[in-house]
Amino acid sequence: MNAIVEVQDLTKRFGKVEAVKHVSFAFAEEGIHGLLGRNGAGKTTLMKLMTGQEFATEGEVRVFGHSPVENAAVLGRVCFINEAQVYPEDFKGRHALKAASRFFSRWDEAFAARLVDDFAPPLNRPIKKMSRGQRSAIGVIVGLASRAELTFFDEPYAGLDAVARQMFYDHLLADYAAHPRTVVLSTHLIDEAANLLERVVVVDEGSVIIDADAEDLRSQAVTLVGKADGAHAFAAGREVLGVQQLGGLASVTVAGLSDTDRQEAREAGLEVGPVSLQQLVVSRTGGRTADTSEGALQ
Amino acid sequence: MDDERPIFVQIAEQIEGQIVDGSMAEEGQVPSINELAAFHRINPATALKGVNVLVEAGVLYKRRGIGMFVATGAREALVQRRRDAFRADYVRPLVAEATKLSISPAQLADMIKKEAGR
Repeated sequence: MNAIVEVQDLTKRFGKVEAVKHVSFAFAEEGIHGLLGRNGAGKTTLMKLMTGQEFATEGEVRVFGHSPVENAAVLGRVCFINEAQVYPEDFKGRHALKAASRFFSRWDEAFAARLVDDFAPPLNRPIKKMSRGQRSAIGVIVGLASRAELTFFDEPYAGLDAVARQMFYDHLLADYAAHPRTVVLSTHLIDEAANLLERVVVVDEGSVIIDADAEDLRSQAVTLVGKADGAHAFAAGREVLGVQQLGGLASVTVAGLSDTDRQEAREAGLEVGPVSLQQLVVSRTGGRTADTSEGALQ
Repeated sequence: MDDERPIFVQIAEQIEGQIVDGSMAEEGQVPSINELAAFHRINPATALKGVNVLVEAGVLYKRRGIGMFVATGAREALVQRRRDAFRADYVRPLVAEATKLSISPAQLADMIKKEAGR
């Protein structure tokens, strides 16, 4: 793998709080990757570390092979769209786009204009007075039109409705196809974005708990539904991620089943159902009950 | 794209299905990786993986700089493979369910005849 971002045994402490704990992972060059986890898991801190906005307490971050901290050669190739981006007082939407067009060497003005048409943010309104969705639209436009070699989107579509989010996914895929680059997306709307992602890194309480190809994760866990005693008997001794029971019926989420195991489960009268990436992340990050009730309802 | 199997497998099967039902002709051009990715809203790397399964199986072939095409004889080969799998994939579960419901093999055969004659 040709890594564009390498994080090696990285730790970040804020006073006594360890926001990132001995984390190591890498993102390959060219691809759309996901950095997932619950709120407060450390996603934003990691992104700030990877874009030189925070200093590492311990460990190392390398972007394009170099430290990003105060390194203009690296940062000129990186775009970071942060939900909590702070703009200068009285900065209007059009000022943000103008500033971005000057900063990013690969900025595409015509593409930006198309995005402005689609997302229709009020460019003459001060950003401070914009709604959350309108601010997100500005961020999405800057992130896409910058065409930076490495783009981080941190929760890029807070406040955007389903139609606008779909527009973002479609623009991202189409523009990525025409101009391959590396995109790292953090989102809590995991199911929506799941199929777009190549590599998935999941952080929980400052540690990496999953680092895998999205495709491999898709088939990592299944939900078995059937008679309670049969389901429990089958699940015994396996890695159980969640259990939900309704009378004599049980739904058990189990990880690491082979094709043969699945066939066996079916032959034992259990229904084998998919577990989405979102359910998997939820169950791996401590939300067991919520996960299985969702799974049982499907 | 919503069952438990990997998406690239589903992409490959969908293309196979279109070859089998004739909507993708032999020697016809297959949608590009980017078109597949945009249509299914999936990662292009996943679409590529699905197409590569078919290239390795000889169902599709690449013409450098032009694109991907359906190989001659691909349809026949796919139909044969599906016939081979038909019993395990369809007949076995059908009989299992019929047995559960106390439908006899004769009754089942009768139903199949009627269904085919519709």
